[in-house]
Amino acid sequence: MSDNLKAQLEAERRKREELADSSSGGRNISTDIKFDTDIYSTSDKFAGYDRSIDTHAAQDTSDAPPRPSGRFGITAPRELIDELNGAEAEEDDPFKATQRARGVNRVIADRESDYQKRRHGRQLSPEHTEGGVSYSEAMRKNQLDREKADLLAKIKKAQDTAEEKRAVDTSQAPKRRWDVETPAHPSAAAATPKRNRWDQTPADVGAVAAAPRRNRWDETPQAAPGGAAFGETPKRVRSKWDETPAMVGGSAAIDFGATPAGSIGLATPSAVQMAAGASILAKQQGQPDVMDARNVFQTDEELDSLLPTDGYMVMEPPPTYTPIRTPARKLMATPAPLRGSEGFLIPEESRHADHDVPREVPGVGALPFFKQDDMQFFGKLLDGQGEDDLDAAEKRERQVLRLLLKIKNGTPPMRKAAMRQIAERARELGAAPIFNQTLPLLMSPSLEEQERHLLAKVVDRVMFRLGDLVRPFVHKILVVIEPMLIDEDRYARSEGCEIISNLAKAAGLPAMIATMRPDIDHVDEYVRNTTARALSVVASALGVPALLPFLKAVCMSKKSWQARQTGIRVVRQTAILVRSGILPHLRSLVDCIAHGLDDEHLPVRTTTALALAALAEAAAPYGIESFDSVLKPLWLGIRKHRGKGLAAFLKAIGFIIPLMEVEYANHYTREVMVILIREFQSPDEYMKNIVLKVIKQCVATPGVPVQYIKDEVLPEYFRCFWVRRMALERRQYYQVVETTVELAAKVGGAEVIGRIVLDLKDESGVYRNMVMEAISRIVKTLGAMDIEGRLEELLMDGVLYAFQEQAGEGNIILDGFGVVVNGLGARAKPYLQQITSALLWRLNNQNPLIRQQAADLVAQISPVMKSCGEDELMSRISVMLYEYLGEEYPEVLGSILGALKSIVNVIGMTDMQPPIGDLLPRLTPILKNRHEKVQENCIDLIGRIADRGAEYVSAREWMRNCFSLLDLLRAHKKAIRRAAVNTFGYIAKAIGPQDVLATLLNNLKVQERQNRVCTTVAIAIVAETCAPFTVLPALMNEYRVPELNVQNGVLKSISFLFEYIGAMGKDYVNAVTPLLEDALVDRDLVHRQQAASVIKHMALGVAGLGNEDPVLHLLNFLWPNIFETSPHSICAVLEAIESCRLCLGPGRILQYSLQGLFHPARKVREVYWRIYNMTFIASQPALVAYYPCIENNGDNVYRRYELDYII
Amino acid sequence: MDKFGMHSQTEQLHARHIGTGNADTTKHQWLTNQHRDTLSHYVADNSMATYISIVEGESTVRTKFNMLQRMRQPCGPPPAQIAED
Repeated sequence: MSDNLKAQLEAERRKREELADSSSGGRNISTDIKFDTDIYSTSDKFAGYDRSIDTHAAQDTSDAPPRPSGRFGITAPRELIDELNGAEAEEDDPFKATQRARGVNRVIADRESDYQKRRHGRQLSPEHTEGGVSYSEAMRKNQLDREKADLLAKIKKAQDTAEEKRAVDTSQAPKRRWDVETPAHPSAAAATPKRNRWDQTPADVGAVAAAPRRNRWDETPQAAPGGAAFGETPKRVRSKWDETPAMVGGSAAIDFGATPAGSIGLATPSAVQMAAGASILAKQQGQPDVMDARNVFQTDEELDSLLPTDGYMVMEPPPTYTPIRTPARKLMATPAPLRGSEGFLIPEESRHADHDVPREVPGVGALPFFKQDDMQFFGKLLDGQGEDDLDAAEKRERQVLRLLLKIKNGTPPMRKAAMRQIAERARELGAAPIFNQTLPLLMSPSLEEQERHLLAKVVDRVMFRLGDLVRPFVHKILVVIEPMLIDEDRYARSEGCEIISNLAKAAGLPAMIATMRPDIDHVDEYVRNTTARALSVVASALGVPALLPFLKAVCMSKKSWQARQTGIRVVRQTAILVRSGILPHLRSLVDCIAHGLDDEHLPVRTTTALALAALAEAAAPYGIESFDSVLKPLWLGIRKHRGKGLAAFLKAIGFIIPLMEVEYANHYTREVMVILIREFQSPDEYMKNIVLKVIKQCVATPGVPVQYIKDEVLPEYFRCFWVRRMALERRQYYQVVETTVELAAKVGGAEVIGRIVLDLKDESGVYRNMVMEAISRIVKTLGAMDIEGRLEELLMDGVLYAFQEQAGEGNIILDGFGVVVNGLGARAKPYLQQITSALLWRLNNQNPLIRQQAADLVAQISPVMKSCGEDELMSRISVMLYEYLGEEYPEVLGSILGALKSIVNVIGMTDMQPPIGDLLPRLTPILKNRHEKVQENCIDLIGRIADRGAEYVSAREWMRNCFSLLDLLRAHKKAIRRAAVNTFGYIAKAIGPQDVLATLLNNLKVQERQNRVCTTVAIAIVAETCAPFTVLPALMNEYRVPELNVQNGVLKSISFLFEYIGAMGKDYVNAVTPLLEDALVDRDLVHRQQAASVIKHMALGVAGLGNEDPVLHLLNFLWPNIFETSPHSICAVLEAIESCRLCLGPGRILQYSLQGLFHPARKVREVYWRIYNMTFIASQPALVAYYPCIENNGDNVYRRYELDYII
Repeated sequence: MDKFGMHSQTEQLHARHIGTGNADTTKHQWLTNQHRDTLSHYVADNSMATYISIVEGESTVRTKFNMLQRMRQPCGPPPAQIAED
């Protein structure tokens, strides 16, 4: 639809330009026109006038006021100023883009597309309960809106035709000089981006849909586009020069309803206005837009109250004064005293606010930051009013504000506490105060992503607590949350989904439907779109069947096609959302939208086709029988449509074909292929994407014969899609590659690779990448068995060429090379000589990037070299690599180490050249390198050697290595620490645990925690690899060192040790029991916690192995610790009790917990019930036998007599 | 107030597992749950049900039915609030 309109407008504009051209041609003629001197006065009445100046402008009073001629009377030429203004309007702050890129500016409004910006045009509806809009009123308002839109469209159309006619008339009338000055009115929506000096008479704004561009130098806001504002919210570019509009109204309940979106001047149509008090609004409504707050008429009384009484007198106006009667002239004569007209004004209040932006808010405490925009919402907290003289409602409102401020601006702990508080007290605070504060905040134009996330979380939590109390706020919440559903950020989208589904669950289906019904055929497409998405979320939350009757009704709507479209959209979104979950309701959903294919409105037909595509995609591979009814209309549809409509229909067919039986699929594919091939050449990207997708779908179905695709599809496909241009656009790049891989799966890799292999030598690097990616994915999935002879040579040649020519970043080429060589396997032998010499040459290259790539490639192809038996070549490479261990670029060094590692892996320790004995001493110093990649590869290599070839290296060298390894325990990357710890195990195995253990135990004394933790892990690993009895005595001896860190370290090692050895621990339980007894009665909290974790692992390991006695003994020591309050300790203790339950049986734990379940002290009861619940959840059936016998009490029978039955 | 997250999961716990309790659970509630657990155990376990039916001299099905009926209020009506406090 919009395309049609655009095309029409375009045509109009061209016509007008032609007219203008021809009439300007007429001007030249008209200068020669002789006046009829007997009719007009003979004297040249234009003498003394500058004829080239536009004399017309001043008479046209309905226009925007003229631009003031600069402050000093000198201005630059109009064009230059316009250009400058234009440039600034585009991009207010030149640093914005950079800031965004660096993640400094996370304001959501800045990165929104024009479409997303339309959310600012929506308004928060008043509450349904508080005398606000009822359902019928909402419907009526909606109806009115729609009629208004229709009417406006009609007026516009009428005007268009009238203007057209007039333009035609003027072109036909004799051309006079002055005709030129009234150019055909740049009519509706014909966006004339820059005015030239001749049309000082700007566009007739009455019916113009496109909002005039506002730039910051405009002295008065241009006349608002009347009622036509619904279509497009004025483009709002917030610049840092904008003053922050202060919050005007201070009343407790903010009146949302009174504000018609974006028509109070254009200054800042935003949430701010919504917050503005009702009084100002009432005053403004119905008055010209220039009458803003500063410009309203003041009565005499007001003036009297403003001005001092003594020393002044009221002057009579001079008798010659006559007031100007025409208001428009008056406006021009005295431009509204807004900012900018008197030159630069230091913005008073904002400076004040800047100074005054408080860090410390009473009742909240110090905040990390307090932005200036926060003043509008939270300013109330700063007015210094005491809590005592406020009524309850006000107090609650302030409490909410305080909590919100903490959540929005506070430090993480503050935020957490406030979040919990607001959730817990939601019912007590009431829905209205919370939502009335939170929702406007969410609409704030300066909201950032993180803030939105936090506030959305507040809404979610509060909703959960409030339950059905949210009902009056459903619409408001939807207005705020719906935009999140079309956010570009995936997490924002899913967050929005979550909230709306929770809202649906809290408010119930009837409330949701009643609230969203008026929006379904809203005039604004944006509203309908977001509503459709929200409804689909509701459908997925409450179940599709619940919503189905409603959907049916909406899709059948006779009243407006918009409603039908929205209903169909809901079906589409639901299919996308619930995926295979729609299967049970597939038929009813298809039936519900089927008639949309024959709708009279194109948008409805397109949407229906897209919905069917989504349904088929979600249902795949089932449910073809449900689509029977729509096949025929779809089929007819692809013949009837062109452009976007055709694309949608093709998509639907493309997704339905894979569901079909084999022979049907074959038939339909052949039929649709003709059209697809025709559309290959379509320049439209949307169409291209869909064509590619449909091809992919059709080809994947089993019924389509290979020969057919080879003959009919491939030639055209490669001609149209494998061209350089395709590589330039990311999405098409991927689509083409994916489709090609799919085609290759059907017709065989060789066929496809044969067609593109020559492009590996293309001169465009991006295109080479694309070819290489396709080839490598084909080879990876299909192997290279069918590539032979000439093709194989071409392929290797191309790959080598591409590798040599590659332009740096990305490893597509590199990976592709590896994949191809690995795919060829033994057949790669003839090429290895060539590859090796290329590699050796490139390893020697001056450019570090090339060296790195060469080393990476070695790592990839060394297994193939081994299987080709080219040990000789590999030795040459590895000697070369060994020589380059002095490499100074860490990235390269890391790759070289990785290459060495892969060679060592395939060649084995014994045959390695250079010998391991030479290699390892060179590696030890490299361990000190701080670069992560180097560290990781180096430690991997050393670990490998220690594991497999420890005997080639002297024990002293290994000990030296041990000391270097201790440093690696500090590494940030977990993989490095893990590799280091494992290497300790290998080394200990190679040279015996004593020396390594001594080193490690010494390391327990260091201050750094991470280091100690890793050391304890290493000790445990050494114990595991060398059997625990070699380590435990030394470890337990170390416990006697009177140093807290060491003792804790020992306990931790024992804990890891028992974790690793598992059931092997049964032999060591008795040995460590005295140590644990001691640790469990220690004063130090951490001590007891560690001991608890030892018990946990030990008891888990020995469960069922006959160690109940020592474990029970330890449980007795453990039990008093259940009253620990620190989270870590109590967790450790409870976990230990859990594993004791496994070891001792739940009955025993039940007996222990019975003593406190009904203790008089609540704190005791809480803990005991927690343990009881734990036990109950884990082994409820087992407890039946252990429940205590309790005597009956009055009416209540507590005994379980069945237990006494004896036969 | 809630230092070690004792209440953090209590609500979900109660929702998911009937039979868990908290510091405010009364003796009657606790025992009712115990009885229900026990009865459901007997009903589900055929050999236990057979054993009980032999003792009671009823058919197994009747025994099971009786036990199912008893699960409604296995310990009788809840005592008045004052009596419990």
